Amino acid sequence: MSKQKYETVIGLEIHTQLKTKSKLFAATDTTYGASPNSQVSFLEAAIPGQLPVFNEKVLRYAIRFGLAVGAKVIAKESRFDRKNYFYPDSPKGYQITQLHHPIVEHGSLTIEDANGNSKLIRINRAHIEEDAGKSIHTKYADYSGIDLNRCGTPLIEIVSEPDMSNAKEAVAYMKEIHSIVTHLGICDGNLQEGSFRCDANVSIRPVGQKELGTRTELKNINSFRFVEKAINLEVKRQIKRVEAGNKVVQETRLYDAEKHETRSMRSKEEANDYRYFPDPDLLPVVIDQAYIDNEKKYIPEFPAKKILRYLNEFDLTEDDAKAIAHDKNLSLFFDETVKLLKKATAKTCANRLLADVSSLAKSHNATVSDKIISAEQFSELLEAQATGIISHKIAKVILEQLWDSQLSVKEIIEKEGLAQVSDSGELEAIIEVLIKTNQNQFQEYKEGNMKMFNFFVGQVMKQTKGRANPAEVKLILEKL
Amino acid sequence: MKFTGIKQIAQALRSKVISVQELYDESVQRLNTYEELNCIINTTPELAAAQIKKAQTQIDTNQGSLLTGVPIVHKDLFCVKNTKTTCGSKILENFVAPYDATIVENLNGAGMVTIAKANMDEFAMGSSNENSFFGVVKNPWDLTRVPGGSSGGSAASVAAGISPIATGSDTGGSIRQPAALCGVTGIKPSYGRASRYGMVAFASSLDQAGVFARAAEDCAYVLSEMCGFDGRDSTSAHVAKEDFSQNLNKSIKGMKIGIIPEWMDSLDDKLKNQTITAINKLKDLGAQLIEIELPKAHLAVSAYYVLAPAECSSNLSRFDGVRYGYQCDNPKDLNDLYVRTRTEGFGEEVKRRIMIGTWALSAGFYDAYYRKAQKIRRLIADDFQSAFTQVDIIAAPVTPEAAFEFNAKKDPVSMYQEDIFTIPSSLAGLPCLSMPIGLVDNLPVGLQLIGNNLAESTILNAAHQYQQDTSFHKLVAEGYDE
Repeated sequence: MSKQKYETVIGLEIHTQLKTKSKLFAATDTTYGASPNSQVSFLEAAIPGQLPVFNEKVLRYAIRFGLAVGAKVIAKESRFDRKNYFYPDSPKGYQITQLHHPIVEHGSLTIEDANGNSKLIRINRAHIEEDAGKSIHTKYADYSGIDLNRCGTPLIEIVSEPDMSNAKEAVAYMKEIHSIVTHLGICDGNLQEGSFRCDANVSIRPVGQKELGTRTELKNINSFRFVEKAINLEVKRQIKRVEAGNKVVQETRLYDAEKHETRSMRSKEEANDYRYFPDPDLLPVVIDQAYIDNEKKYIPEFPAKKILRYLNEFDLTEDDAKAIAHDKNLSLFFDETVKLLKKATAKTCANRLLADVSSLAKSHNATVSDKIISAEQFSELLEAQATGIISHKIAKVILEQLWDSQLSVKEIIEKEGLAQVSDSGELEAIIEVLIKTNQNQFQEYKEGNMKMFNFFVGQVMKQTKGRANPAEVKLILEKL
Repeated sequence: MKFTGIKQIAQALRSKVISVQELYDESVQRLNTYEELNCIINTTPELAAAQIKKAQTQIDTNQGSLLTGVPIVHKDLFCVKNTKTTCGSKILENFVAPYDATIVENLNGAGMVTIAKANMDEFAMGSSNENSFFGVVKNPWDLTRVPGGSSGGSAASVAAGISPIATGSDTGGSIRQPAALCGVTGIKPSYGRASRYGMVAFASSLDQAGVFARAAEDCAYVLSEMCGFDGRDSTSAHVAKEDFSQNLNKSIKGMKIGIIPEWMDSLDDKLKNQTITAINKLKDLGAQLIEIELPKAHLAVSAYYVLAPAECSSNLSRFDGVRYGYQCDNPKDLNDLYVRTRTEGFGEEVKRRIMIGTWALSAGFYDAYYRKAQKIRRLIADDFQSAFTQVDIIAAPVTPEAAFEFNAKKDPVSMYQEDIFTIPSSLAGLPCLSMPIGLVDNLPVGLQLIGNNLAESTILNAAHQYQQDTSFHKLVAEGYDE
């Protein structure tokens, strides 16, 4: 099995659940996690005589996505089609989607390939469609349960061109889409709750061959890690088949994360004939350029641009810039904080944000976006350290106290007496006492044992509970 | 029924000649007397009791509308809250609608009293009312003959004087054809005028609710209350509520009426003569007759029997035995549940159309059938548009013949030909009505008036003027005139 012999071709279909209050065609609540069938209107239950009414918010979100990926087409007239199939979690017997006239076509984005070069991935289309409900097969012995809460939740399905040539690129693309939709605020990006799901079309072909090999479709992969694993597994399986003289069969396969295997769901022959046709209950969605232009104001600064700004304006390290820029909540908090800071402190801000604040948030099972610390408090803390009022160590202590507190940094410093001791008189007095009680160590220090230098610095810190200004302590000790 | 028109009923109610209860009782009594007609699937006494009480209070306090207290029968595909809505099908035999259709809500709001749900061809598919799970409806003019369909129960109810008003729905002629065969007036408004919310769908792009009454005048009063923009139906027309009775009394002098010679020539002599006589009456009233052509209209039936089944195959998918309605006994697995529920729950004609539609939409056939049929539909609409540059309305036959005997049309295609004159205007979404123009061999026949889009008041004006000068709409079958 030689790796050079074959190349892999991957295209992704990403189902992005849109973060709207109500469903695609009815004013039914979309909140995740409600008790089964508590968020189902007559429409989703397919009660006779019910009709769909399009939620315009979905249109606006889809347009924003189109603008964000530089789509050449944002359709002035898009239409809904019915995809007909029988399944209990789709009570109408059809899914409303956009086959022939999708809202968004021909966009693109760039990812970094294995060599660190940027690579363009084309997006064929993004169309609006409704999600299905959920069938629950495991809970009951002789029947299946159906939960229609998710039924009718708006999705945009984002279909890439087969432009990715390995699993890592597929993950990078998926992450980039994830970053775009979460930065746009049109999707909560929660993979575990199924808000962001991926199907991967995978094929192999001998290196140099132009035409594509037969593809298989890997269904419903709901984590970045699994996408990589599933694709690699499938590529291996396909190569093994071809090497053994067999053909790859066009089929839909399911990735089983527990058994780490893919298995066939249905072959091409078993595939449904979906009998698509224009939905006669819905009119074409007609918009003008002004309508599209109006959505431009909702397009935020995306990570790539943000990273450049962080590098140029604040001189962040590349790692820090990327880490912050890719996390919408972190970057919002960062941008808000640095506005209140001297420019020179921005670098420290990034550093502390990624280390101290993030770990603190994690220990509280929260995220920065929960705003338990305000940008005002955090900037005050950073400035206090920058001007030498407190040490980094104390800053961490204060940070913990700021959590869930309305107090300002200044108030905490005063209340707890945490201000750094830089008064040489006070420090000299402490050191004098220390020398008296540690004569031997002092003797060794005088003889040039630098370990003892650290010993005295440590003792001073201990006595001042970390408040002593280390630079000042050092100065005094050196003078002795 | 003692009071045939809405105005007379309203007058009698307001002057206390009769109470709302007495009026209702009279309807129920006639319903029982003419039970043999099988017009009705279910009665709605509880709903009626509440509506009677409310209507009488309004009348006593000089409130309400012209329609307050007037009895009505709803075709059994309109959802009426907490009452069975069967669509004439076994699959919905015990389905209780959890909400009111918009048109029902509107007519309830106007104070009408619901007597019953009318029998119909299953899921509105049929031209003879022989396809109902609840049995055939008989034509009051001849009990061995069909009342037409699919709104046969509604048309027969009005013809038998059970109710002065009935709602119906028209997809390819389902109001006009039974109106003609039962000797009453029936109107289908422009597509989008009446909300489809709460009307069980057959073919969504064609389905329209409408009204039966003896006279065009009464159709106008009820239709005015029924219609209006409804945000719950995306295909609802964005037009202001209109009083369709506004032009009733206008003279039709100078009105240009289009005649389609090709259609007239296809009729047998008796029906042709009757139709010409009616058209000449309109001419006597001052209208100007102009010959027009609808070159593509002969393709209408073929196109319709692709489009309507295609939509129906999808619309009827929801009847799967999972959430409501008929469910087969002891399903082995999911597929068995689907197959047997639908095989046992649907009647032959419905299954035939689901099969036709499924086939027409299948991969490889879509372009040849569905797409081509859509094209024909556009061409026919264009034909009408060019005709309406020359004329104000079109007068045409409704059916190729008067009411036929039960089981006369065993071949579905010959049954489909029954709609040859009604389907073109349905495909074009135009308002159209059928009014009685006399008897042929003792059976009523009708004349179809087709208006331009949203021109309901124009065709109602012509029909009313005709009915002011004739009395064919007052003809009642023997034995129903008490």
